[in-house]
Amino acid sequence: MADVNRGNRPLSPHLQVYRPQLTSMTSILTRITGNALIVAMFMIVWWFIAAASGPDYFALANGFVTSWFGDLVLFLSLWALWYHTLAGVRHLIWDYAIGLEIEVAEKLGWGVIGGSILLTILTVIII
Amino acid sequence: MAFLTDRKRADRWGSAKSGTEHFWRMKVQSVGLLFLIPLFVFTFGPILGGTYEEVTAYFARPFPAIVAGLTILVSCIHFKDGFTTLIEDYVHGVWEKILILGMTCLMYALAATGLFAVARLAL
Repeated sequence: MADVNRGNRPLSPHLQVYRPQLTSMTSILTRITGNALIVAMFMIVWWFIAAASGPDYFALANGFVTSWFGDLVLFLSLWALWYHTLAGVRHLIWDYAIGLEIEVAEKLGWGVIGGSILLTILTVIII
Repeated sequence: MAFLTDRKRADRWGSAKSGTEHFWRMKVQSVGLLFLIPLFVFTFGPILGGTYEEVTAYFARPFPAIVAGLTILVSCIHFKDGFTTLIEDYVHGVWEKILILGMTCLMYALAATGLFAVARLAL
């Protein structure tokens, strides 16, 4: 009978009962970086609207964005952006049920971490 | 209640309450952003730190302006859908609705503001 125990079923355990692993940590970090990038987008759109408003307002926004604090936020955002991008590629691969074995998934995880750091350094050098 | 079949009660009531369109939409956005993000990083990055005159002249050119506009638009929609998933996972009840509604409005507003700014710079 489908009605037995309705509304009083056991819940599946959540994050806190599992030992942290590379695969779970890289997955959580994907979500954190993705949502943190919203902050970076607010800053960038503010910079654009300031540039569209005129030289005085641009000086204010540009001063903040290119200050040491703005630079720090943008530098961390750049890493978050590359991390989230590579992690996204990992998900696109996984969607084809490729690379889901634990060893391969862990290698991909290290690839995402290493790749994002490498791309961040490269971008800073190029720009 | 007793007259409903099991199938009828289960139909359309999976945990997600909807089909795969959200998943597919995010997948389409992510592939689009895969192309847009490198273009944006390497067009926006070099001009950041320029003077007001340099910045306005730069975004008066079609390529940087179109890349910036597209990246802002697609990113904001991707943020809206991604944040919705985050809320659906961790928040339930009234606050789930309030946060999803609020963030949806905010992300569309952010996209509109960004597009307006880029258009004004470009034209």
